Amino acid sequence: MTFLSPLIMIALIAVVSYLSQINNDKKRTISVLDETGYLTDIFESTENTTYLKLNGLNLKDAKEIVKEKEDYGLLHIAKVSAVEEINDNIKFYSEEAPSLTVISGLERKIEKKLREIKLQEDGVSLEQIEASKIYIDISQESFEGEKSSKIDNVVKLAFGGIAGYLLFMFIIIYGNMIMRSVIEEKTSRIIEVIISSVKPIQLMMGKIIGTSLAGVTQFAIWVVLGGVLLVIVSAIFGIDMAQVNTPQQEIVNQAMTGQNADQAQAMAENILTAISNLPMTNLVIAFILFFVGGYLLYSSLYAAIGAAVDNETDTQQFMLPILMPLILAVYVGVFTVIEDPHGTVSTVFSFIPLTSPVVMLMRIPFGVPLWQQGLSLLLLVGTFILAVWFAAKIYRVGILMYGKKASYKELFKWLKY
Amino acid sequence: MSHLLVAESVSKNFGEFRALNKVSIAVPKGSIFGLLGPNGAGKTTLIRIINQITMPDDGKVFLDGQPLRPEHIKDIGYLPEERGLYKSMKVGEQALYLAQLKGMPKSEAKSRLKYWFDKLEIGDWWNKKIQELSKGQAQKIQFIVTVLHRPKLLIFDEPFSGFDPINANLIKDEILKLREEGATVIFSTHRMESVEELCDHIALIHKSNKILDGKLNDIKYKFKTNTFEVGLQSINSQEVLSDIKKSFEVLPATFKNLHDDIKLNIKIDDKTSPNDLLSFLTSKAEVHHFVEVIPTANDIFIQTVQSN
Repeated sequence: MTFLSPLIMIALIAVVSYLSQINNDKKRTISVLDETGYLTDIFESTENTTYLKLNGLNLKDAKEIVKEKEDYGLLHIAKVSAVEEINDNIKFYSEEAPSLTVISGLERKIEKKLREIKLQEDGVSLEQIEASKIYIDISQESFEGEKSSKIDNVVKLAFGGIAGYLLFMFIIIYGNMIMRSVIEEKTSRIIEVIISSVKPIQLMMGKIIGTSLAGVTQFAIWVVLGGVLLVIVSAIFGIDMAQVNTPQQEIVNQAMTGQNADQAQAMAENILTAISNLPMTNLVIAFILFFVGGYLLYSSLYAAIGAAVDNETDTQQFMLPILMPLILAVYVGVFTVIEDPHGTVSTVFSFIPLTSPVVMLMRIPFGVPLWQQGLSLLLLVGTFILAVWFAAKIYRVGILMYGKKASYKELFKWLKY
Repeated sequence: MSHLLVAESVSKNFGEFRALNKVSIAVPKGSIFGLLGPNGAGKTTLIRIINQITMPDDGKVFLDGQPLRPEHIKDIGYLPEERGLYKSMKVGEQALYLAQLKGMPKSEAKSRLKYWFDKLEIGDWWNKKIQELSKGQAQKIQFIVTVLHRPKLLIFDEPFSGFDPINANLIKDEILKLREEGATVIFSTHRMESVEELCDHIALIHKSNKILDGKLNDIKYKFKTNTFEVGLQSINSQEVLSDIKKSFEVLPATFKNLHDDIKLNIKIDDKTSPNDLLSFLTSKAEVHHFVEVIPTANDIFIQTVQSN
């Protein structure tokens, strides 16, 4: 499975991109019956879409013809006296419901043209309209002279987001794995054989550390294998991954044509500078520390849950209190940290031990004072030790308890055994 | 006689519940020691304390004269009642892993395993997964894993459950052989016939207290009721029967014999010797069967538990 997973992922990407390519490759013919004459010149056939202008026909005949030819559809613009009325007199006829992309594309085209017509009617020349398109990118600089830009923020967000999300996924996947392996040892009844040889706490810590090392290895294999396969697959199938566009992106791209090549170049450079501006050393060290701390804290709780129940279905009631802070952390990270990385909410949540690993990892790219990081880490380690103590107690008693439905009250009693 | 394992006044509470109340046992070296008791009496708790799985609240346990230490785990082999193996792991791999957990070097564990696998004729299982084996087959592996590291003290909790009679016998013989080689065995079971067969000493735990212990023979002697099982033949059996009933306390008996008319359990008082009874009987009828009724472990168990 370890080696298969990235394979499946790549296969999935390849299939999706292949399918969307087929979809995009489909040639459509759209007939246009424009009785106003305003819009005739904007429908230029492209590689995928052929526009067929039906001039002089009435609507009824046009419909018949399009239907007979099994074309994609018919765009009909009825005669109007003024540009403003076009919206009420425009209709798209087709056999099946047309794709959203096609309709949006048509709408954008028509809107743009009508705006131009309207402006021209008001005495603005085409050149003036072109000239009025101005793009603004406010460059930012701190009082100390440190330059930054929107791109910087996006890059910081991306780094923080990836780090936080990685931890979140890691906890969920491998925490569950630990829990399941504890349950497995209980249900297969090997547990008593094992703990007559090793102490329960040794077994628990060994399980947590072992699973996490296996997890890191698995992740590494995925990343490496995934990267290699991606290159191979894209070489073989000639699928340019950068061009795997969703319809939405296509629309955006269409809207942005004209400012493409140069800007892309500049953007790439900006991103590189933004990355090099990041506090990398701090980021890496903090990532390792908070990742390890957060993972150990949660996984010891997962181990305790596994010990408290007899089978996986019983875990539900205990999962919620674990998942809640985790999900809360991701939400705070995504919504609050983006808005204001150093605001009260973000700061407070980056200290609370159950949420701090994720939130702090998201904040750090924006620059967090070292004392805050240290304090947060200290709290995290303290809580971790407490959690291990608690988990070890539950674990020691729980692994030998069969058939007893564990409630919170019961667990509390176990702490005193 | 020196003792391998001594538990001194061991107590354990689980919350409000007292699982063991000042229980003391002494297991002589080289003996097979039966730890008996009804379900929920506290046997498993005591065994877990000996295995250092649970810590006692009070009292001490000594192995070979020394207070129990973590290093002692390699001197103990424990086959729990709730037992199992990793289902998707291969037999050989798993046995090696468990042996190494008990502190055996890998190479030694491997050669010992080979020896045991050959002995129990399961050499070709090495690369099978546990889930491919039957329950009895898995139990064999479990048994090997328990005894592999040559522990001084072996603790078997219901060792024969899951075995067919042939394999149960095989395991029984192995247990006896291990004892001959110097191991001491604590044996916990509800099957009184195997207690009868195997145990030299027993201790009976009931409702968290030890209510009986000692050598099995001594206990049996203490529990004997001076009752004799008798088979007689006579032409006028009715008359003989009434004569006996006049002089002795008589109960009906059932046993297999060729041609007895009269089958009886006859109880004598302390003043009468078995010889007196026998000469009385020979004067009345032909004696075909004359055996002292020895209380079985089963009788002793039921009697003791019910009277407490």
